[in-house]
Amino acid sequence: MTILSYLIPISLLLGGAGLAAFLYTLKSDQYDDPDGNAQRILAPDYDEKPKA
Amino acid sequence: MAMSACPACDAAPLAQTLATQPQSNQIALSVPDLHCGLCISKVETALKALPQVTDARVNLTQKRAVVTGAADMPIAPLIQALAQAGYPAHELDLTSLSATQTDKAGKDILMRLAVAFFASMNVMMLSIAVWSGASDATRDLFHWISAIIAVPAIAFAGKPFFLNALKAFRTRQLNMDVPIVLAILLAMGTSLWEVSLSGHHAYFDAALTLITFLLAGRYLDHRTRSAARSAAQELAALDVPRAMLIKNGTHTSVPTASLQVNDHIQVAAGGRIPVDGILIEGISELDRSLLTGETQPVLATTGMALSAGEVNLTGPITLRATAVGKDTSLHQMADLVAIAESGRANYTSLADKAAKLYAPGVHILAGLAFAGWFIATRDTRTALNIAAAVLIITCPCALGLAVPAVTTAASGRLFRKGLLVKNATALERLAQIDTVVFDKTGTLTEGRPEVQNLNAFHDNALRIALALAHGSSHPLSKALTTAIQAKGLKPAPLRNVTETAGQGISADWLGTTVRLGRADWIGATPFDQTAVYLDLGQDMPQAFLFQDNLRQGAQGAIAELQSQGLNLHLLSGDTEAAVARTSKRLGLAQWQSSVLPQDKAAYVQALQDQGHKVLMVGDGLNDTGALAAAHASISPASALDAARVASDMVLLGADLGSIPQAWRTAKTATRRIRENFQIATLYNVIAVPLAIAGLATPLIAALAMSSSSITVSLNALRLK
Repeated sequence: MTILSYLIPISLLLGGAGLAAFLYTLKSDQYDDPDGNAQRILAPDYDEKPKA
Repeated sequence: MAMSACPACDAAPLAQTLATQPQSNQIALSVPDLHCGLCISKVETALKALPQVTDARVNLTQKRAVVTGAADMPIAPLIQALAQAGYPAHELDLTSLSATQTDKAGKDILMRLAVAFFASMNVMMLSIAVWSGASDATRDLFHWISAIIAVPAIAFAGKPFFLNALKAFRTRQLNMDVPIVLAILLAMGTSLWEVSLSGHHAYFDAALTLITFLLAGRYLDHRTRSAARSAAQELAALDVPRAMLIKNGTHTSVPTASLQVNDHIQVAAGGRIPVDGILIEGISELDRSLLTGETQPVLATTGMALSAGEVNLTGPITLRATAVGKDTSLHQMADLVAIAESGRANYTSLADKAAKLYAPGVHILAGLAFAGWFIATRDTRTALNIAAAVLIITCPCALGLAVPAVTTAASGRLFRKGLLVKNATALERLAQIDTVVFDKTGTLTEGRPEVQNLNAFHDNALRIALALAHGSSHPLSKALTTAIQAKGLKPAPLRNVTETAGQGISADWLGTTVRLGRADWIGATPFDQTAVYLDLGQDMPQAFLFQDNLRQGAQGAIAELQSQGLNLHLLSGDTEAAVARTSKRLGLAQWQSSVLPQDKAAYVQALQDQGHKVLMVGDGLNDTGALAAAHASISPASALDAARVASDMVLLGADLGSIPQAWRTAKTATRRIRENFQIATLYNVIAVPLAIAGLATPLIAALAMSSSSITVSLNALRLK
């Protein structure tokens, strides 16, 4: 059962990384314009940063 | 708010600087026609091509463009540039609208939801190991890890519930949050106690899942409301609150709010009168339809009293303010609304009714379970464990989702059909109506005149009328011009065309004077209907008769509502003849004309006192009292601000056909809400006896909670 002492921390860390990534995207206003973002990836012009 | 939960955010300085930019040089424009990726690049390119613009960014979801540029950037060129690109735009008032501010409250809930979800999934993973047979030291280890994850996560994610419960506790009231908080705290307390004694059952997963489901419900609820709120704000921001002040001979554009009594204010043709006043210069015609429902323009001459909200039609006029701000007739109308609205505040939503039954019931049940087991076993630990299990199992996850899931689905569906639901309980109230009261002008009709009797005229007369009407901005002239041009006629050659403001137009045609205008100016006998009179200098003057066109879908909507057995009434401030004609066309039997605003509200109130539930549909200021007094109310987007504020729902599109649709959707939505309550109750009926009997394990609690929440959400989705 010693494998648990690796696996549990690893699973928590990976989950925590996912949570941190989500919180970052939330904080940087990346969910303000979902419809627009879906369209923008198809636009030919270069568009480097998300914005409010 | 503590951001320690988000170390990665510190690595996002970009977003921070963008968010803290000064807003003085940002202008938000509403661009309703945005709908695709091509629109985004077209609008952004058009705006960025202007020299004073440093940046432009389109938000497709909100159909807005935010323009950044020099601090004194004028708005008109931006709107013009967009119009040239084919996108009509309006300025949005950034002060009344947090257009560039993102939704803080929504983000806060979402962040707590993410933490709760993360924690509950991890604890659930450990719990599954325990349920599948982990024992002794392994079980204790898993329980301890669960506790370490759960305690801080609950403290963070449950904050809104704790605060609400505290508030309720202070005011000695019982809301839905009190049993929730009690269940969470009791579950945490007994679980920690159990774990420290290396017991078998811990409810960490249940407490976390509970918070997750409840936060999800709360987020759905918030999103529906904020979508409605921002769209409503957008409509309010369309009324640009500026007036032209004349002081010492100079004209300055000032905010309407800063006007004083005795100020001289100029109102251009086509402008709305900002304050009550006396006309001191100029002659014009006024459109009072929004205030009174009259469709006939009224002649305004020097010395006449004007009310805020009237629209000046023909010439520029100057008025001296007699009442400003809160004293204007417009605002007094709003007070009428405040009085009427207090009646509606008494409505208890289905959710509140459920909470009233539910909250005390749960506490009594848990208390009895504790007392019963304590008397039977004399063991505090067992009794407390069972009380905690009862609270956790009865906890209203499904109830918390039952209403928001349905209203979100229903409001989304209605929004796509062009109806904005502003009020949380609007759908429930709409579902109960049995009577509909309509306003005429601007609601059932377009409030836009159209010529009726074009065929009674010779082509020659029409050519002269076209030449006369051509240059005028009066709505009747415009309607006449469009109608005659549609027949393919060219204007007759006229000379010396002169417009007398408020009266009509005269010109010279092959040596005779021809005139087009008001009856008394021409010298004709006036009809009882909106009309313009043409004098060709020979026979009797002839009249062009106008009729207000029915709004799109009006006939269908009326027919459908009638066939559903609803009682329909028409109330209008317009003249008897005009109202009678409209009722006849629509097949409405019950109508009243020349109704004063107070009488409209009283009429609705009288119907309600007879036990009817009334839906009021209206757009004018004269309707606001009635809109607020009615059980449910709808106003078109073209309505005045005050009318939109007073109503529960706003019709964004032009089509009245969405009213019967809204009614049907409201009925299904209410049925779904009731079904959801029944489903939630059914789960409780099965699970509560198990909990009281002491047979409930954390596994059963988790199963009951998750399956009831999922069934309830799926049932809500059936609405689509």
